[in-house]
Amino acid sequence: MARLIRTEKEVEGRFEDVWLVVEEDPLDQWPDGALDVVGRPAPRQDGAQRATGRALYTADIQLPGMLHAAVLRSPHARARVKKLDASRAQEAPGVRAVLEPGAVPELVSDPNYQGQPVAAVAADTFAQARAALAQIDVEFEELEALIDPEEAVRRKSLLTEPRTHDRGDVARGFAEADAIVEATYRTQTVLHNSMETHQSICDWDGDQLVVYISTQFIWGIRDEVSQKLGLPQDKVRVVCEYMGGGFGAKNGAGDYTFIAAGLAKRTGRPVKCALTRREENIDSGNRNATIQKLRAGARADGTLTALEGEFIAALGWNGWLASTAGPMQMLYACDNVHTLEYGTKLNTPPMKAFRAPGFTEGTFGMECLLDELAAKLEIDPLEMRRRNYAHSTDERPYSSKNLMGCYQRAEKHWARRDEVRARSDETWKRGVGLASQVWYGGGGPPSYAWIRLGSDGRATVVTAMQDIGTGSKTAMQQIAAEELGLPLGSVEISAGDSARGPYASISAGSSTIPSMGPAVRAAAADAARQVIEIAAQRYDKEERTLSLKGGNVVSADGGSWPLEEVVGLLEDAQLLGKGARGPNPTGMQVLTFGAQVAEVAVDIETGEVRVERVAAIHDVGRVINPLGASSQGEGGIIQGIGHTLSEERLLDPETGRILTQTLDAYKLPTIADVPEIVFELLDVPDRHLTNLGSKGPGEPPDLPVAAASAYAIRESTGADVRSLPITREEMLRALEEAGTRSQRERDKVTA
Amino acid sequence: MNIELQINGGKYELEVEVGRSLAEVLREDLGLTGTKIACFEGHCGACTGQVDGVPTLSCITLAHTVEASEITTIEGLREHPLVGAFVRTDALQCGFCTPGQIVSAAALVESNPHPSDEQIRHAMAGNLCRCGTYPKIEEAIRTWQD
Repeated sequence: MARLIRTEKEVEGRFEDVWLVVEEDPLDQWPDGALDVVGRPAPRQDGAQRATGRALYTADIQLPGMLHAAVLRSPHARARVKKLDASRAQEAPGVRAVLEPGAVPELVSDPNYQGQPVAAVAADTFAQARAALAQIDVEFEELEALIDPEEAVRRKSLLTEPRTHDRGDVARGFAEADAIVEATYRTQTVLHNSMETHQSICDWDGDQLVVYISTQFIWGIRDEVSQKLGLPQDKVRVVCEYMGGGFGAKNGAGDYTFIAAGLAKRTGRPVKCALTRREENIDSGNRNATIQKLRAGARADGTLTALEGEFIAALGWNGWLASTAGPMQMLYACDNVHTLEYGTKLNTPPMKAFRAPGFTEGTFGMECLLDELAAKLEIDPLEMRRRNYAHSTDERPYSSKNLMGCYQRAEKHWARRDEVRARSDETWKRGVGLASQVWYGGGGPPSYAWIRLGSDGRATVVTAMQDIGTGSKTAMQQIAAEELGLPLGSVEISAGDSARGPYASISAGSSTIPSMGPAVRAAAADAARQVIEIAAQRYDKEERTLSLKGGNVVSADGGSWPLEEVVGLLEDAQLLGKGARGPNPTGMQVLTFGAQVAEVAVDIETGEVRVERVAAIHDVGRVINPLGASSQGEGGIIQGIGHTLSEERLLDPETGRILTQTLDAYKLPTIADVPEIVFELLDVPDRHLTNLGSKGPGEPPDLPVAAASAYAIRESTGADVRSLPITREEMLRALEEAGTRSQRERDKVTA
Repeated sequence: MNIELQINGGKYELEVEVGRSLAEVLREDLGLTGTKIACFEGHCGACTGQVDGVPTLSCITLAHTVEASEITTIEGLREHPLVGAFVRTDALQCGFCTPGQIVSAAALVESNPHPSDEQIRHAMAGNLCRCGTYPKIEEAIRTWQD
């Protein structure tokens, strides 16, 4: 039954209080122990389509009469268009339309970051559209740009009010401390670089707009496009059948969609607007850089007495302030905490969410700080974390927390320290580091799914959900198969189109499985109930004695009838089961946890750093597909290694222009950079969370990598690396600083 | 200009402007969209095809230069055991780079059916995967005949 509640809705650590229509979630969770389909490894069901190139991504869609757009972008970090004459471009071969600044709101004459769209062309081919851009006669007046986040704080150039969090009294906390450490940590701007660039095709069909788009949120695009273009929601259809990666950058419609819609309107033809790789590396979002000035105090026994942090996030011209302070507030028990966060507005391209935004950056700072404090107190880092274990904060209990179990499983990897250190030689120094993780990932309502059960005994999950490469479609098929007592091969899924199924949640914040999964299970249970109703009448049994198992309807007294025989009574008709995602447990914090142990080698002559082994243990509730989850885990760790060692968007400090626009300049990890990875999930259902007890495994694995690696470096070389990425230059600087420091200490002793 | 290409065992006569890449011709003129374009400047490997059995970046290969060669794309490798191996080991997530990975891997196992991990890493280092499926790509290639 539908119920209206006032609830806290969370996506990627962003909370809002909303009225929500939710439905009760009357199903009990599945019993502990092995199930038939859920919890067993399942290769992704659309794997062959993707692997053989049959899958059509947005990039592959070619509509009849489709035109291609190219976008004139500001070459300057801040400028004003002095003159723009598009008449020659208008006449160029193949050109069908040119949009000048102001033609759609996304095209501006006063660009405020490099890459901001100014004008756009649609032509028969992409090459013609690109060529026509060069025919636009444009003059910019370059204006002074603000690109330094610390300067932005001084000038109060902020996108949002500074955000503070206070608990207890930090002054008193520091007064009670036996040891205090203080340090500044810096994290770089990281680029998403999904293999499929941001793109959409807009096709007007009468007064309906069809948007084919590479997106993480089909239903959100429908809402955003209808709002911005003033269309009724049901006049916008959004399609994303196959999607080539997002990592947080594809939650919204983006300028390119509205440019394509404008050009399609102007020409009466479908228009594709696809970013090139260079455009992708300029204007498709980024993980914003941070500066974290942190301080921590503890008693001699390691008990934290105070934590304090000032965080500056370099958000760019637009964006939102993800919580870099979150790990400091949530990871450990500490009575006295003060954090202050600035979200600076700069003449740089807007940030977008990137796999655990804020927390990934903040975990690096907080975990390094804790390690430095532990070192000062001569306490083992794992022991330090156990002593400060947060049982709950804000007097809000956790729906489930098994971080202690993660620490326990991490022990055997942590115990390799001596052996790893012993493998050091003259140039390569080896060490082991450890870090923990807290993050959201509990999902939430609303989310809906249907199950269509045909007279052939095959079921289809129907929902307007996207699969961005996480395997969410396969997980939904597993959940439905489990509930219907069918083998996985008897369940299809129809998704990827707003015209096809009901509202589905965003695939961000590790939310697809915890948001959609319970709705799919509820829909399957509804379909199963209808089957049992029919069977009870047909075979003259009581409903409560019947259940679905192994493709049969079975009765408690031993009767068994093939499902096809029962649903065959429908002839060509189908059953429709409907399901909704129930609310999250009231007053509880729904969080994911984990710990990782990294083994790192440092070449002290060249500064080269190699991550050689990562053992990761995470707690994300019940695991639906251990195979898919391990893929996401490994992928998260590998992205974390890129974030730690090689990836950095570089800006020219004079002009604010981006220097790393190509994949030879912006260094993504390759297969040759991958360490040995041990990935484990505790797989303990969260008893308070939905009918599944599942949280999302997508983001947690990338969180601890950088801090664990930094500690391993400190342990092996004595060098403090406090800035990401740990390039050779940074490593050599830290080694030299450590050398000078130890020389000074030796001198002191001699004196 | 008129060119004749030999692709996956078939002959195609095409009118192609000089300067167009093999990747564009495959995707736009022939509808062979299994070959992906992800960077269009030879940095990522998503566009990998085989030219006379050699993995080749089709986005920076001009179509008219490969007239005399035998071209193999993912569409010509659909029955290759590597496809099943990639699916079985879950060596793909979003899948956008996967056809290129399989084309590179197919060339590797053709010349070396039992490559070592080191040889796999060497042969596959030019194929980027942002989802980070690398450990499972290694496993798929290691076990492709299973």
